Amino acid sequence: MKPTLILRSSSALLLWCLVAVSVYVLLRGHNAPGGGFIGGLIAAAGVAVYAVSRGRAAALRMLRLHPAALCGLGLLVAAASGLPAFLDSAAAYLTHRWWFPDVGIQLPLGTPLLFDLGVYLTVLGTVTAMFLSLVEK
Amino acid sequence: MQPLLASPLLIPLATAAMTALLWSRPVAQRVASVAGAAALSIATILLLLEVAGGPPLVGRMGNWPAPFGIVLVVDTFSAIMLAIAGLKALAVAVYILGSGRASRDRRGLHPLFHGLLFGVCGAFATGDLFNLYVWFEVMLIASFGLLVLDGTRDQVEGGIKYVALNLIGTSFFLIAVGLLYGLTGTLNLADLARTVPTVGNQGAVAAIGLLILVAFGAKAAVFPLFSWLPAAYHTASMPVAAIFAALLTKVGVYAIIRVFTLVFGYDTGFFGPMLTVVAMATMVTGVLGAAAHYDVRRILSFHIISQIGYMLVGVALMTPLALAGSILYIVHHIVVKANLFLIAGAIKREGGSFALGRLGGLWAAKPLLGLMFLIPALSLAGLPPLSGFWGKLAVIRAGLEAEAWLLAGVALIVGLLTLFSMVKIWNEAFWKPQPNPHPVIPLGRMARFGTYAPIAVLCVLTMTIGLWTEPFAALSVAAAEGLLDHDAYIAAVLGPVQAATLTETTP
Repeated sequence: MKPTLILRSSSALLLWCLVAVSVYVLLRGHNAPGGGFIGGLIAAAGVAVYAVSRGRAAALRMLRLHPAALCGLGLLVAAASGLPAFLDSAAAYLTHRWWFPDVGIQLPLGTPLLFDLGVYLTVLGTVTAMFLSLVEK
Repeated sequence: MQPLLASPLLIPLATAAMTALLWSRPVAQRVASVAGAAALSIATILLLLEVAGGPPLVGRMGNWPAPFGIVLVVDTFSAIMLAIAGLKALAVAVYILGSGRASRDRRGLHPLFHGLLFGVCGAFATGDLFNLYVWFEVMLIASFGLLVLDGTRDQVEGGIKYVALNLIGTSFFLIAVGLLYGLTGTLNLADLARTVPTVGNQGAVAAIGLLILVAFGAKAAVFPLFSWLPAAYHTASMPVAAIFAALLTKVGVYAIIRVFTLVFGYDTGFFGPMLTVVAMATMVTGVLGAAAHYDVRRILSFHIISQIGYMLVGVALMTPLALAGSILYIVHHIVVKANLFLIAGAIKREGGSFALGRLGGLWAAKPLLGLMFLIPALSLAGLPPLSGFWGKLAVIRAGLEAEAWLLAGVALIVGLLTLFSMVKIWNEAFWKPQPNPHPVIPLGRMARFGTYAPIAVLCVLTMTIGLWTEPFAALSVAAAEGLLDHDAYIAAVLGPVQAATLTETTP
C-alpha cells in the first residue's frame, strides 16, 4: 500500500508538531499531568507517522541514532540525574538538587527534570525500536 | 559510603546503557562489557570489605525516610552475594569473548547481560519487599531476552515455558505483597520484621508466608516448582546458561533466606518442618533427575535443583551454624556450578557435542580440560579438600546438631549420587575412547584465552575455598549472625529514635 501524497508531505510537519507537544508535556510534567513517559510516547507517535509514510530506512536516517542506542542514552541520562546527590556526602543516591536561575522569572531547574528527560529518551527509543521492527523491512 | 552502596546498581545500569549506546559496534560493546563487569566486581569487593561483620549499610533513595521511601540495605549476607555476583559477571564477560558469536552481539547480548546483573544486584541490595518484586521483573525480562538470543525453535519453546511458569510465580508474589500491605500497612522489610509478629490475625500471616514461599520457591526451583529449569536451561547458549546457573535461582534462595529469617523467622514452628520437607524433596528429585540424563547440560541443570535443597537447610533449621553452612554452600555452589557450565561449553567446542554418547577421548586429547573438569566436579560432589566438602560438612553437622537425622542422612546420600553423575560425565566424555572421530578445529588465541582463563581462575578459587576455608567460614558465620540479629537490622534501617516513636504512634 502506497501512502497518499497528503500523508507523505504532511508527515514531517506532523512529526515536528508532535515533538513540540511532547517537549511541552515533558516540561509541564513536574507538577501537572505529563512527564517523561507520556512525552516519550507522543514523540514516538511522531516517529511512527514518519515511518509509516516514508518507510523504515528514512525514519532510521532521520533519528541518526539507532533506537536501542537512544534507549541506552536515556538510561544513562536518568542514572546520571541521581549522581549530583553525592555532592552532599551524607545524601543518598537520587536525592534532589535544585537551581533557581533568575531570567525575568525564577526557573525551577533540578535533577528531577534530568531524570524525566532520561525517561523520555528511553521510552522514545524503546517504542520506536518495537514499532520499527514491525514496519515492513 | 553512599556512592559505594549504590555502585552495585549503578555500574550494571551504566554498562547496559553504554553497550546499548554502542549498538552498532560489537567490538566496542565487548570492551565496555568486560570493563563494566570488572568495575562491578571491584566495587562489590570493596563493599564487602566495608560491611563485613559490621552493622548493615543503609541508603534511603532520594532521602525519603525509611518506611516510606525505598531503602537499599546491604548487610554481610547481601555483600557476600553481591561480591560473588560481581565475580561471576567478570568470569562470564571474559568467557563471552572466547565463545560468543558475533550474531549474539548484534542481538543485544551485552545490554541484556548487564540488565540481568542490574536486576540480580538490585534484588540482593534492596530492603523493600515491593522493590524486590520489581527487581524480579527486571531479571525476568532480561533473562527471557538472553534465553531466546539465538532465536532457535528449541530456545523459543524453552523460553515460553520459562516465562509462563515464572510469571505464575511472580503473580503469587504480587498477591502476597498486596495482602501483606493490607495487613500491616508497610512493605519495608525492617518495618515488616517489627510489625508482622504483632499482627492479631496470625492465620492470615501464615497464608501470606506460604504464598511468598511458593513465589520464591518457583524462582529458586525447589520441589515441586522446578519444572521450568530443566525445560529452559539446556537450550541457552553456554555463557548465558552459566550466568543463569550461577545467579538466577540463587536470587530465589536469597529471597527465601532473607524473608524467612527476618520477617517470618519468629514462626519457625510452622515454616521449619515445611522447609525441611521441601529441602529434602528438592535434593532427592534433582539428583535422581540428573542420574537419568545423558546430556551434559541437562545433568548440570538437574544438579542445580539438587543443590538448592542444601541451601534451604539453613533456613529450615534456623540455627546459626545451619545458616552459616547454607551461606558457605551458596558461595561454593555459585563458583563451582557456573564453572561446570563454562566447562560444558569448552567440552562442546573441543569434543563437538553435549551428548555423552557422542563424546569421548577428551582425557587423552585435552588433559588440562580434564583436570579443570575434575576440580569443580569433585567439589560439587563434596570430596575433601575441595570447597564443596566444607559446605556439605557444615550443613550436615548442623543437621545432626539439630537432631534432624533424616535431613542429614538424605544430604549424605544425595552427595554420593552427585558423585555418580559427575563420574558418569567423566567416564563418558573424558575416559572412554572417542566413538566417532571427527576433525577438531583448533581454537584461536583469543578464543582459547576467553574460554580457559575464567575456568582456570574459578578452579583456583574452588581450591582456595577448600584449602584455606578459615576466612570464608568466618565470613559466613558473621553473615549468619547478622541474619539472626533482627534488632540490629531494624535499628540500622529505621533508626533507634524513629523506631521508638513509630511504635508509640502505631495504634
